[in-house]
Amino acid sequence: MQPENRTPYDKLSRKIALIVITVSIAPLILVGGLIFDQFRSIYHDKVYAHLAEVVDKQKDNVNNFLSEKLNEVQYLKRAFTHDQLIDPKFLERTLKDMQQQYGRIFVDLGVINENGLQVAYAGPFDLLGADYSQADWYLNCRDEVTGISDVFMGLRQSPHFIIAINSSKDGKLWTLRATIDFLAFSNLVENIRIGETGYAYILNKNGVFQTRPPANRDRELTLTPYENIRKSTSDEGVSIQLSDGSDGETYVTVSSLLKNGDWKLVYQQNSSDAFSAMIRSESFTLIIFLLGGLGIVVMALILSRKLVNRFRIIDQENEMMNRQMVETGKLASIGELAAGIAHEINNPVAIMIEEAGWVSDLLEDEGKNMSCYVEISRALEQVRTQGGRCKDITHKLLSFARQTDSRVAEVSLPALIEEVVEISIQQARYAQVQLSLDMDRNMPLVSGSVSELQQVFLNLINNAIQAMEAEGGTLSITCHAEEGQAFVSIADTGPGIPAANLSRIFDPFFTTKPVGKGSGLGLSICFGLIHQMGGEIEVESGVGQGAKFTISLPLPSSGNGQKYKQED
Amino acid sequence: MMDATILFVDDEEAFVEAMAKRLTKRNMTIYTAHDGDTALELLGKERGIEVVILDMKMPVKDGLTVLREIKRDFPIVEVIMLTGHATVESAIDGMQNGAFDYLMKPCNIDDLTEKVRKAVEQFRAHEGEKVQARIDDITHRMA
Repeated sequence: MQPENRTPYDKLSRKIALIVITVSIAPLILVGGLIFDQFRSIYHDKVYAHLAEVVDKQKDNVNNFLSEKLNEVQYLKRAFTHDQLIDPKFLERTLKDMQQQYGRIFVDLGVINENGLQVAYAGPFDLLGADYSQADWYLNCRDEVTGISDVFMGLRQSPHFIIAINSSKDGKLWTLRATIDFLAFSNLVENIRIGETGYAYILNKNGVFQTRPPANRDRELTLTPYENIRKSTSDEGVSIQLSDGSDGETYVTVSSLLKNGDWKLVYQQNSSDAFSAMIRSESFTLIIFLLGGLGIVVMALILSRKLVNRFRIIDQENEMMNRQMVETGKLASIGELAAGIAHEINNPVAIMIEEAGWVSDLLEDEGKNMSCYVEISRALEQVRTQGGRCKDITHKLLSFARQTDSRVAEVSLPALIEEVVEISIQQARYAQVQLSLDMDRNMPLVSGSVSELQQVFLNLINNAIQAMEAEGGTLSITCHAEEGQAFVSIADTGPGIPAANLSRIFDPFFTTKPVGKGSGLGLSICFGLIHQMGGEIEVESGVGQGAKFTISLPLPSSGNGQKYKQED
Repeated sequence: MMDATILFVDDEEAFVEAMAKRLTKRNMTIYTAHDGDTALELLGKERGIEVVILDMKMPVKDGLTVLREIKRDFPIVEVIMLTGHATVESAIDGMQNGAFDYLMKPCNIDDLTEKVRKAVEQFRAHEGEKVQARIDDITHRMA
C-alpha cells in the first residue's frame, strides 16, 4: 500500500500492532538476553574447569609413565652388572623379559661406553657399534644420572625417545639406554579424546611435537591466541587460551607443563565442538524465541486489524446514526413547518367557510326569490365543500407532523396507511400511478411508534411512486393479519431492482438515485425501525418485474381481542 | 332554535364576526372577545352568559389557561373548546379541566348549535340546582 493511500484506520492498526509488539517483545528480549548471557558464562566456566581437570590428570598420567619407565631402566642397572649387560644374549633376554612384562613399550636396549660407542645392543635395528658421541640426547644427559631425551629421528630414521641411566665402572662412564616406542607413548597421550575434535599432544621447549601431531596439523594449522581464560602462575597448573586457527575456526587450547618443564602437554579442541551442547541449547532457545516472537507479531497484527475493523464498524454505525438523526431532525423540522403553515391556513379557511355560511343564511331568508338563487346556493355549497377539503388536508398535515415521537402505542395499520396514502396521493396522481388498496380493517392493532411507522410507509410508498414516475403504473398495498403477525405489502409495477443491488438495498448510503436526489438512508432507516419493533422487512424484485416490499410485525399476544375500530 | 347567551372567544376577529352573525341569526345572544382577559372581564360583567366558546390557541393567554380561570371563577358556566386541530391529548386536557365538549375549526354550524344547546341545558340544570339549594338553605334556616 502506498503511504498516501493509508487511511487513519491503517495507521491506527499499525500503531496498535507496534505497541503490542514492542511491549511484548522488549521484556522478552531483555530477560531472554540476561538468562542467555548468564547461562553462557556459567557453561563456559564449567567446560573450562572440566578441561583443566582432564588435562591436569593426563599430565599426571604422562609424568607417572615416564617415572615408571625411568625406574624400570634404573632397576636393570641396579640389578645387573655392567658385564652382564654388555653380554648380547643377556641383554636380548632382558629386553624380551621386559617386553613380556610391560608390553612393547621398550623397543630396544643398549649399553654405551665412555666414548659414546654402543658396545651392546638388543633390538630390531642394527645399531651395535653406533656412535652417539655427537648425538644431542647423549651430550645432554651425559652429565646427569638419568635423562629422558626429546623425540628425535636418530640413526633409525623414525621418531623415538630415549631413557638413559649413567653409571661408572672402574672410573669409566657407561650408559644404559632404552628406547620408548613412539606410537605407544603417543597413544597414551592421545588417550583423552573429548568430542569430535579434542586432541592431546606434547611439545618440547622448542615447540616440536613429542607425540603424533593432530591430523589437521598436517595442513600446517597455526593458532593465534587472542584470549587467556586461565594462566598458570608457575610450572604448576593449567593454562587455557582461546585461539583463532588459520583454518578460520576458533580453538580452545589447554596446556600444562610436564617432565620438569621440558615438555608441555597440550589439549586442543575446536571451540564449537567444546561448546556443542551449549550451542545446541542456544540454537533451540533461539528457535523457540523466534517462533514466539513470530507468534506475537502475527497475533499483534491480527488483533490490531480485528480491533480496528471493529472501530471502523462502530464509526460507520455512529456516522449512520448521526445522519439518521439529521434526517429525523430534518423530517421533524419539515413537520413543524407544515404544522405551522397548516395552522395558519386553517383560520382563513374557517373564516371563508363561515362567511359562505353567513351568505347562505342570508340567502335562505331573503334571496329565495332571486333568479340566480339556485346558482348562488350551488356556488356557496362549492365554497363550503372546497373549504372542507382544505380543512381535511390541513388536519392530515397537522396529524402527521404532530406524531414525531417514538412512543409505542397501539396502532391500527390500515388507518395509518390510509393517512400516509392521503399525503402521497397528489404525487401519485402526477406520476399517473393507480392505487389499489386491499386492507383488512378488522385486523388487530399492532404495538409500535406511530411516527416511525408513518416514516417507514411514507418512504416505501414514495419510493414506489418514484419508481413508476416515468411510465406510470399501479401501486398495490395490502394489509392483513395471519398467525400472530401483521403483514403489509407495498408493490409497484416499476422497472424492478437488478439482482446485484437486491442484497445491498438495505445497506446505509446505498442509492441508485442521482446525486442529491437520495441519501441512501431511507431503506436502511426503514430496516432499522422495523427491526427495532421486532419485525422483518423483505423485498422481492427482478428487472422488469416491479418490486414488492413485505413488512411483518408481531401482533401483541393479547391483541387478538383488540379489534380495529373503524372511524366514522 | 332555543335562545342562549354565548361568549365567543377567538383571536381571529373575522372568524368571530362571521360566527357571531350566524349564531345571532339562530336566536342566540352573542358576546365576543379576542383574548382571555377580555373574556374573563365580560363574564364578570355580564352575568347572563351561559356558554363560552373558547379557542384553544390564542396569544398571551392560551385557551387552556382561560378555561381553568373560567371554571375557577364561574364554575357553572359551560365551555366548548374550539381547536384548530382536535387531538386526543388536547381534548383530554380540556375535558379534565372541566370543558363541556370540543369542536374542530372550521366547524359545521349545525354541530356547533347542537353542542351549544346541550351545554345550555346543562348550565340551566346546574343553575336550577343552585337556586334550589339556596331555597333549601333559606327554608332550612327559617325552619
